[in-house]
Amino acid sequence: MSQSSHLEPVVNKAFCKGCGICIEFCPANILEFDEQRKCRVTEPEKCIKCFQCEMRCPDFAIELVEKGEKK
Amino acid sequence: MIGELTNKYLRMDRLPHMWCPGCGHGIALGALLRAFDRVKIDKDKTVILSGIGCASRAVGYLDFSTVHTTHGRALAFATGLRLLRDDVKVIVIMGDGDALAIGGNHFIHACRRNIDITAIVLNNQIYGMTGGQGSPTTPQSRLSTTTPYGNFARAFDFCNLAIGAGATYVARATAYHASLMTELYANAIKHHGFSFVETFTQCPVNYGRRNKFPDPASMLKYMKDISVPFKVAEKMGSDELQGKIVIGELIKEKEDVELNEVVRERIMKFRGGAQ
Amino acid sequence: MSAKLVQGNEAVVYGSFKAGLKFFAGYPITPSTEIAEMCARDLPKVGGVFIQMEDEISSIAACIGASLAGFRSMSATSGPGFSLMQENIGYAIMAEVPLVIVNVQRMGPSTGIATAPSQSDYMQVRWGTHGDHPMVSFAPFSVEECFTEAIRSIYWSERISSVVVLLLDEVVAHMREGIDVDNIENILEVPDRGPFPDEKGSFRPYKVDRDKGAKLPPLGMGYRFNVTGLVHDEMGFPVEDPEKTGDLIRRLHNKIDAVEDEITSYDERYTDDADVIVISYGSVARSALRAVRELRKNNVKVGFFRPITVWPFPSKRVRELSKKVKNIVVAEMSMGQMVLEVERSVGDSCQITLLQGIKGELITPDNIYNTVSEVISK
Repeated sequence: MSQSSHLEPVVNKAFCKGCGICIEFCPANILEFDEQRKCRVTEPEKCIKCFQCEMRCPDFAIELVEKGEKK
Repeated sequence: MIGELTNKYLRMDRLPHMWCPGCGHGIALGALLRAFDRVKIDKDKTVILSGIGCASRAVGYLDFSTVHTTHGRALAFATGLRLLRDDVKVIVIMGDGDALAIGGNHFIHACRRNIDITAIVLNNQIYGMTGGQGSPTTPQSRLSTTTPYGNFARAFDFCNLAIGAGATYVARATAYHASLMTELYANAIKHHGFSFVETFTQCPVNYGRRNKFPDPASMLKYMKDISVPFKVAEKMGSDELQGKIVIGELIKEKEDVELNEVVRERIMKFRGGAQ
Repeated sequence: MSAKLVQGNEAVVYGSFKAGLKFFAGYPITPSTEIAEMCARDLPKVGGVFIQMEDEISSIAACIGASLAGFRSMSATSGPGFSLMQENIGYAIMAEVPLVIVNVQRMGPSTGIATAPSQSDYMQVRWGTHGDHPMVSFAPFSVEECFTEAIRSIYWSERISSVVVLLLDEVVAHMREGIDVDNIENILEVPDRGPFPDEKGSFRPYKVDRDKGAKLPPLGMGYRFNVTGLVHDEMGFPVEDPEKTGDLIRRLHNKIDAVEDEITSYDERYTDDADVIVISYGSVARSALRAVRELRKNNVKVGFFRPITVWPFPSKRVRELSKKVKNIVVAEMSMGQMVLEVERSVGDSCQITLLQGIKGELITPDNIYNTVSEVISK
């Protein structure tokens, strides 16, 4: 995780059920609901790679992946 | 990271899973996958069983030999399997009603036998699948469809029960404690003997809504607020611990003979004698 | 070993061992407990495992777990325990797990009389568990048959991948007769499970022909499928699709219908010229046989018919016989359960008289002799 600057949060909208947990727990406040009430990453460059979203998501819908990796 | 684990350990063609938005079971499942990775579990040599209920649906998604049994009886099925196959790892996932109400008797005997099975109970303090009836762990005064005036009975302390019945590894976490869950699941799997991990999970739809939790995140925060680590709890009085959840490893590495060892020894004795 | 006095319950165990039994989980209940005790003592000697579980529900569960693990397993009980086992019996049928359950019938309902014989679980054997399910059951009437029918039970449970109930009653279970377990002839060979395909990833255990049973590979051997009591697809994953549901239910029945002739077994004597036939099974058939022989000595044209396979009931043969006779006397230790199957099979073809036994005593040869005499005199 110390080598994590190359990672960014990506949402899998097919899995996201809009529960809001990741949005509540993101310390950097860069997650919000989109118009379909799915999670959206607003400012990925401000992600602090704490992995809370990935660990707390019940649906495997948000993940820190290599920058530029297609989901 | 989680994507690699899901690809490796889940039946991806069966996702998305059937749990409600914000269900704690999904968080526990993720923690379990991390634990699988940590212990380098062998998918071909592991059997995962469950009973009936939301928690028990986990097995359908796990890419292992899986057995979805009858309500409350998973540990008994697992006992028969384990006694004959000490070449496989046996894990049982159950909910609170499944393991403690209808399955209570089998739970205490599995503890007593100290048979090498890892029991993971996802305790959301409600019967979620059937629409929100009270369970043996619904806290006193909480609302459910069958306790519409507030639950008048006390809730079971699952871990105390397991300890009293003789389990040799007993631990507890909540869905808030994501890393702790992984650590406890991994240790429970590695433990030789009957290991038990209770995980409090949130049921936002059938428990949360009825009990004034506005959303899933608030339930996670509540679990965090009422949790006390074991080492801290040891120094607290019973009054102070009222309404608190003690988390961490409560019993670990208790030395005791495991059931299969006794059974194998008996058979070998006869084999040796027959020669 | 040479011939020695063996108890019916003991013979069940000898037969089961011969058929490769490796696991027994049970709970003490009169009059079946001897089976559990003998397995406790002797299963480890043949490399098997015995465990006394906390109740009958977990006993059956453990047996199913053991069968899924790849081993032949069995439990034994009586009425009250058999009632508790019903849910998991349905599970084994739905999930297609081979399993043998011995029910040693005793006087009921409820606790009844633990030490008195009865045949009043007959219908429960067939219909006890909920839902549309088939059932196969065999009923021995001698100690030797306890041995051979135990083997046949295990054989068929493996063939059809389902539950077989070995149906005794307290008299058959506790009677002692001289048999030589090492020299009984014409014993069925129970084939090993498998072989299973090398290609494990794509194996669909519940993808089978419409009239065949699923053959599940043992768990933990690399075949990563699901087993469930829910309606399921070819991988065992729960589904609710109407077509798949209908196909599954039908196949669970078809797989047994397809081999019904082979499963059917009965003992028929003196029927060629009979005017009246006595139908009975289990210990009552011992009395019936004696009565029939005595009647024949007195020139009464009476026949003897004993279903050995009691489920599916041998309807075809009973219907044929009913067309040749004026009367059928059904003797059974109950208010009348097997008689309903006889009535269903016979229709209008002949008269049916029921001789009930509801006092917790074996129906005697005299009872049957007198009933037949009365029937013919009318």
